[in-house]
Amino acid sequence: MMDAGLKSELQKQGVFTTTLESLYNWGRRNSIWPLQFGLACCAIEMIATTMARYDLARFGAEVFRPSPRQADLMIVAGTVTKKMAPQVVRLYNQMAEPKYVIAMGACAISGGPFKQGYNVLKGIDRFIPVDVHIPGCPPRPEALIHAFMTLQQQIAAQELTGPRRPRHLQPELPSEFPVPRYGDHDLVPPKNPDRWTAPAISRSNS
Amino acid sequence: MFSLEEIKSRLEAAIPTARLEIVANPSPSGQHSLRVDRDSAVAVARLLRDHAELRFDYCSNVTGVDWLAAEWTEKVKIKQPVEGGEQEIEATRTARRPAHLEVVYHLYSMEHRQGPLILRLCTGDRTADSHLPSLTPIWRSCEFQEREVFDLFGVHFDGHPDLRRIFMWDEFKDFPMRKDYVEPDDYEYEPTPHDEVLAKARKHQLPEAPT
Repeated sequence: MMDAGLKSELQKQGVFTTTLESLYNWGRRNSIWPLQFGLACCAIEMIATTMARYDLARFGAEVFRPSPRQADLMIVAGTVTKKMAPQVVRLYNQMAEPKYVIAMGACAISGGPFKQGYNVLKGIDRFIPVDVHIPGCPPRPEALIHAFMTLQQQIAAQELTGPRRPRHLQPELPSEFPVPRYGDHDLVPPKNPDRWTAPAISRSNS
Repeated sequence: MFSLEEIKSRLEAAIPTARLEIVANPSPSGQHSLRVDRDSAVAVARLLRDHAELRFDYCSNVTGVDWLAAEWTEKVKIKQPVEGGEQEIEATRTARRPAHLEVVYHLYSMEHRQGPLILRLCTGDRTADSHLPSLTPIWRSCEFQEREVFDLFGVHFDGHPDLRRIFMWDEFKDFPMRKDYVEPDDYEYEPTPHDEVLAKARKHQLPEAPT
């Protein structure tokens, strides 16, 4: 790795140096192609984010692809019902690596206002890994843009070698996750225990 | 606009076998409804739609009600003969309601600009005899809403063209809007529970550390 001071000094002399890693991450983070799918009202905000007023194209993410094979980013925009959850996991599995997930809005994070409903999945992170969570009901377009910028920072900080390299460069880690099955009373399994376990809560009984 | 009593007498004159009953609504809205027996429901519905003076041509809403078995006491005034006339005394009486499912239809007439006329149909019980005649052949707009009532309440509509679940998946066995429905226990992570949710979340919580 080149010393930052030397790099800056060389740049002043008209010599531009970089690393393969930063070039690779720079290219990826400035052309994230999201998957074109929405689940509920958050999708309306997502659409607004792509249009002229908020203009997601400034971040290189305006190309919404209708096929998971061509998409890098899944924006889970809206309530994930238990009937829809297997399709969301299947779409994620069909996306090519490297792939990222933004859980947009209270519903995609936790079930939101429908958390106690029998038919709503309490957070998509029970089945697939989520890179950025945005709270809000629905989040404003600025919040989605902030999530994009956060994701871009995460991509920029990725190392391509070594133990901290991303999941898609570690062949032993899964890139596909089990698709839940429709059961008699609930999804089977109701969550992926390898992916998500409930954080421990201890509370006084008073 | 005809009153419910006028509609009822017209229906009874046209269909003598129909057993109709007005269910009063004591609230300020006063939307009284008409309970129709299962066997004559299709004939009553067809007459309501086709009768030149009624023309209830639009069914806007179909929904269900789950009535559990109930028993209650109520005070009634009965007249008792005493010496020199009658005396009104108050007596308590036990009333019973067997468990059943009910389907409610809201009808409007676009032609005569009247409505809603509220029809109620009751099943025999909540398990084996949960069948009702479908009114989809009369009002096409009932199709999806009867499927919804079938999905969530488990009312089987005989004569429905396509009676499948509409919200839940086909493999689902329960009827979620019934009062005795037991939902899946996925309350393992409830950071801010209260009331009923708190009771459900407690089962998943660690016992409190001794202080």
